[in-house]
Amino acid sequence: MPALLEVRGLKAGYGPTHVLHGLDFDVDAGGVTALLGANGAGKTTSLRAVSGMIRTEGEIRFQGESIAGQATEAIAQRGIAHVPDGRGTFMELTVEENFRLGAYVRTDKADVQRDFERMWEWFPRLRQRWKQQAGTLSGGEQQMLAIARALLLKPRLLLLDEPSFGLAPLIVQEIFAIMRRIREESGAGILLVEQNANLALELADRAYLLETGRIVVSGLAAEIRQDESIRRSYLGY
Amino acid sequence: MDGLAHQIIAGIATGGIYASVALALVMIYQATHHINFAQGEMATLSTFIAWYLVTEGVPYWIAFFATIGISFVIGALIERILLRPVQNAPPLTHVGVFIGLLLIIGNATGWIFGYTTKVFPTPFVSDAPLFGGLISAHELGTTAVTLVVLLLIFVFFRYTKLGLGMRAAAYNPRSARLVGINVGMMLALGWGLAAAVGAIAGMMVAPVVFLDPTMMLGILLYAFAGALLGGIDNPGGAVLGGFAVGVLENLAGAYVVGTELKLTVALIIIISVLLVRPAGLFGRVVLSRV
Repeated sequence: MPALLEVRGLKAGYGPTHVLHGLDFDVDAGGVTALLGANGAGKTTSLRAVSGMIRTEGEIRFQGESIAGQATEAIAQRGIAHVPDGRGTFMELTVEENFRLGAYVRTDKADVQRDFERMWEWFPRLRQRWKQQAGTLSGGEQQMLAIARALLLKPRLLLLDEPSFGLAPLIVQEIFAIMRRIREESGAGILLVEQNANLALELADRAYLLETGRIVVSGLAAEIRQDESIRRSYLGY
Repeated sequence: MDGLAHQIIAGIATGGIYASVALALVMIYQATHHINFAQGEMATLSTFIAWYLVTEGVPYWIAFFATIGISFVIGALIERILLRPVQNAPPLTHVGVFIGLLLIIGNATGWIFGYTTKVFPTPFVSDAPLFGGLISAHELGTTAVTLVVLLLIFVFFRYTKLGLGMRAAAYNPRSARLVGINVGMMLALGWGLAAAVGAIAGMMVAPVVFLDPTMMLGILLYAFAGALLGGIDNPGGAVLGGFAVGVLENLAGAYVVGTELKLTVALIIIISVLLVRPAGLFGRVVLSRV
């Protein structure tokens, strides 16, 4: 069975500058793939390439079909939800409106309502702030809102860009606990970009290590975690 | 005293026109962060289309709604054909496109329909004076139409899914795409809506100022002053600003500067707002924590 997302020979960049020099990676249905690496290695660019936010070369297949070169909104409509760097919250709108936008392309009203309730249960704090302008939420709450918004698309694949960025350790723990739940309960595949390699490897089953636009190490997350030399030379802990 | 009351009421009636055009300006500003200088010319063209339909014998209200529809299509097409290719271009390019649009539409209107001033009909006529002559039937009708339009626009943006999608696309196009919204389509719809609102304003004001290709020039200035006064990024504020400018302009014209210098009131308001409070009275300060 082919993977949920298959990427082969992916090249991408901004203008004439290439940032990715031919990446191969997979995300399995119900699995978590982590992209690790230092700043500027090309992690965020990889996610942007998958959701069609930048021009790409190479193969990107989702559920067996090529999505390379498609418009971002068309890719979202296929069931790929993306929590971008900077979270992409609609700051001027309320929490409720952000929720409704998450489910914007869905037509199954009753099902959407059920998903709203599920998100309230997972993120009770968002329910308390329901009518509040999203820009007034704390950083952790905004990250939760970003994840909730993405999940409301009912995605088959979730792209997460640094969900721990700028958050207090306790909040990070909370968010990773929720991601474990997503993985168990929603059955969606997750492509996770993270600086906190330790946390990411705990959650992931597959991991790729990027260095200046190339994959230098790939394998099972558990094995990479055990590998002393990789940890020392690339992950720095 | 009656004179003052009448001036205020007449000010509210014209203020409604300014409010509509201000709203059209704000709708496009929110989506593109540019002021559409051609908004007035587009409204004039729409009014000429309505005038043409009426003189061809089409009943007023049918011509009214047909014009709204045609204007919507023209507005959306302008966005698709002229604005879309420059959407990532620097601000000066946009200014150039808007000024070009202003000149092209203005001159095309004169070329097609002629430069002579025309009488435009009002659907609101009454034989008896209303409220002891305090307000004319046209002023009352215009105010009612304006309020209904503003209310419909408010309900559309606040309570419908499409309205939410358009707001999302205006505030944060990148995220809107990520939730599956076709941002280009939303922009075209926004232009269409703005053109339709402008068309209504044009048809409402034409019976008072008479119809010629430069009819909306002054009105666009007042509307711009109103939008700035209320807050260029706040639709509700712009509407209130439009009404306020209408009343101020009328009172200043009647009691202070006289009708000839009325337009300076708009310019004074624009300059004062930019100097004293650039965000406008109700310009929203977006809170954001990181």
